[in-house]
Amino acid sequence: MTSQSHVGQLVSQPYKYGFVTEIETEKIPKGLDEDVVRLISEKKNEPQFLLDFRIRAYRHWLKLQAPDWAGLGYPPIDYQDIVYYAAPKQKEKKNSLDEVDPTLLETFDKLGIPLSEQKRLSNVAVDAVFDSVSIATTYKEKLAEHGVVFCSITDAVNEYPELVRRYLGTVVPSNDNYFAALNSAVFSDGSFVFIPRGVECPMELSSYFRINSGDIGQFERTLIVAEEGASVSYLEGCTAPMFDTNTLHAAVVELVALDDASIKYSTVQNWYAGDENGVGGIYNFVTKRGHCCGERSKISWSQVETGSAITWKYPSCILQGADSVGEFYSVALTNHRQQADTGTKMIHLGPRTRSTIVSKGISAGHSANSYRGLVQMGPKAVNAKNYSQCDSMLIGDQAGANTYPYIRSQQPDASIEHEASTCRISEDQLFYLQSRGIDFEAAISMIVSGFCRDVFSQLPMEFAAEADKLLALKLEGSVG
Amino acid sequence: MISLDAPVLIEIRDLCACVDDQPILNGVNLTIRAGEIHALMGRNGSGKSTLSKVLAGHPAYKVTEGSVLYRGEDLLPLEPDERSRIGLFLGFQYPVEIPGVSNLEFLRVSTNARRLEQGLEELDTFAFEDFVRERLGLVQMDPAFLDRSVNEGFSGGEKKRNEILQMALLEPLVAILDETDSGLDIDALRIVSGGVNQLANVDNATLLITHYQRLLDLIKPDYVHVMAAGRIVRSGDKALALELEQRGYEWVDRELDALEMT
Ligand SMILES: Nc1ncnc2c1ncn2[C@@H]1O[C@H](COP(=O)(O)OP(=O)(O)OP(=O)(O)O)[C@@H](O)[C@H]1O
Ligand SMILES: [Mg+2]
Repeated sequence: MTSQSHVGQLVSQPYKYGFVTEIETEKIPKGLDEDVVRLISEKKNEPQFLLDFRIRAYRHWLKLQAPDWAGLGYPPIDYQDIVYYAAPKQKEKKNSLDEVDPTLLETFDKLGIPLSEQKRLSNVAVDAVFDSVSIATTYKEKLAEHGVVFCSITDAVNEYPELVRRYLGTVVPSNDNYFAALNSAVFSDGSFVFIPRGVECPMELSSYFRINSGDIGQFERTLIVAEEGASVSYLEGCTAPMFDTNTLHAAVVELVALDDASIKYSTVQNWYAGDENGVGGIYNFVTKRGHCCGERSKISWSQVETGSAITWKYPSCILQGADSVGEFYSVALTNHRQQADTGTKMIHLGPRTRSTIVSKGISAGHSANSYRGLVQMGPKAVNAKNYSQCDSMLIGDQAGANTYPYIRSQQPDASIEHEASTCRISEDQLFYLQSRGIDFEAAISMIVSGFCRDVFSQLPMEFAAEADKLLALKLEGSVG
Repeated sequence: MISLDAPVLIEIRDLCACVDDQPILNGVNLTIRAGEIHALMGRNGSGKSTLSKVLAGHPAYKVTEGSVLYRGEDLLPLEPDERSRIGLFLGFQYPVEIPGVSNLEFLRVSTNARRLEQGLEELDTFAFEDFVRERLGLVQMDPAFLDRSVNEGFSGGEKKRNEILQMALLEPLVAILDETDSGLDIDALRIVSGGVNQLANVDNATLLITHYQRLLDLIKPDYVHVMAAGRIVRSGDKALALELEQRGYEWVDRELDALEMT
């Protein structure tokens, strides 16, 4: 048995979040037209401005074509075969956790996200989203004492309409791209964070997205605003049951950082990825973008991507404020028939803006894993700097890895540095660890985790170990 | 220390092995008992490292003939990690770098794997720090090396010291040290040899692969073997090494040729 064939078997690990919660769900009929858009807005009691926003987006979407430049292989999506709104039936609108359906609390318990008072994480506030709606947000009161708003976007629309109106769609306009337009038309829920001037958010904030129904699309919308001198660290997690159909997830995330503000946005993504033949799994077509509009502001993206049948995702930074900083740290692991096309865009507009990109792609099985990144230096980006490092690790000889770095510079003083490498887990590294008593599986995950270290070290403490475990899990399996 | 009553730790019989169908070991015979120190010498490319890797279970080498008994049991079906846990150690000629993997964490996982097998308690991070610090003294290694990635950016000599540190932590029964002396400066050679001597006792054994007498001045072998073309062609005591030092390998070749003619 060669170690390479060994490795192939190893990366096949059953998905442990694949269960379905039996719960009565209110669903609108499949299909999409302007009436469906109106219906969603109506269900959520939205103000006129938001309905207008949705309708504009929908009309624009009709004129667009799905992008094909990433060369991802999937059959055309039938947008009339998707349910655009599904919510667990609850008697009344929940005012406290005690009123949330225990089945839902159990579901999140099972996912390792306890929400109840006694069991919840001590220093992390959680917004739990189930299918199309947010079912609970923890520590709301404690955060409110600091002036921090953390709630579902639906609640925000009702409670802070002015804030939502001021910022929604300013970073990712509703006509930005095909999936962003679709999301703007039909988004159901997501999280809203507002950190007022000068406040350092006293705890980690986290949203957990759970897709439960097989035929729904999840279109969540997250908006995070950090005012002058404010700072926050936010983490997003996600899982879904195993269905043999593909589920569409088209989220939009917008971040706004004013002068001296800093936002750290981390994702640990573990959607169901489909089976080893590529049947089923989530299509994750996501637009994430941050706007460093203030001077010396900072936005940092870290992501650990392990799920999804297809990932199409480029968390980006628009570095407008002078001396603002953008960061992108990414680990993307693909296996079986998974496809990932992910990377970032760093758009340097202001003087002395700086960006760092560290991308680690690990491809196993027959998967395809691409890094696609743009570094752009605008005419005013005097002395701007970018450093990019893109490393790929191949496991087995059937997987593919590609790197597409695009560079556009209109600023001769800007400095752009790009390093790239591709490696395999070498037999000698494996043998070295094994000859020190470390078994084959543990040796593989040790090497992979070492490969990802520069990214893991960027994750919030509580989640770094989590990410490490997740990766180990994905790499674990029976040694043949 | 030779005692013919001492238990046999490793017994190699007619061992043949190849890589990509090319034979490299062509019938190695060697018996090592507890308490013994053996030196294995021989020209470049004669098969010394190959023998060490076959014993440790490297997947690139296929055993085509012969047997290896480790404390009376068949060693060859075992995975490399199992071999390590039951006390076989290979100090590599060229230790590999493993970027991003903390040396300290690696040493701890490795040590605990062995301890578990020995029925000892696993060491938590704090207990291990104490243990490793004590063992660092044996090779006079700077604790700063614990915080770095495994062997990454280590100088040649530093890598070798890290190997002996691992040996000190794992306390193997049979340690094969492949050219541990090469790349060491004069002081380091003395320190590392001192460490190896301290670790040697009546229950374990050491197989030193080396090209140089200067190591054998510091670690006194009970037996010296010469390897040529994938076989041990001559064995003797430490006088053999001295003779080699003076006369080179040609003399062995000539004797062999003479032998084959008769
Ligand atoms: N993986 C391999 N692939 C091809 N040839 C190999 C491989 N490993 C060893 N060999 C060959 O086998 C022979 C023995 O090599 P080995 O490394 O065992 O020699 P050595 O006695 O340790 O030499 P040195 O004193 O230079 O370290 C050499 O000719 C070498 O090129
Ligand atoms: Mg050698």
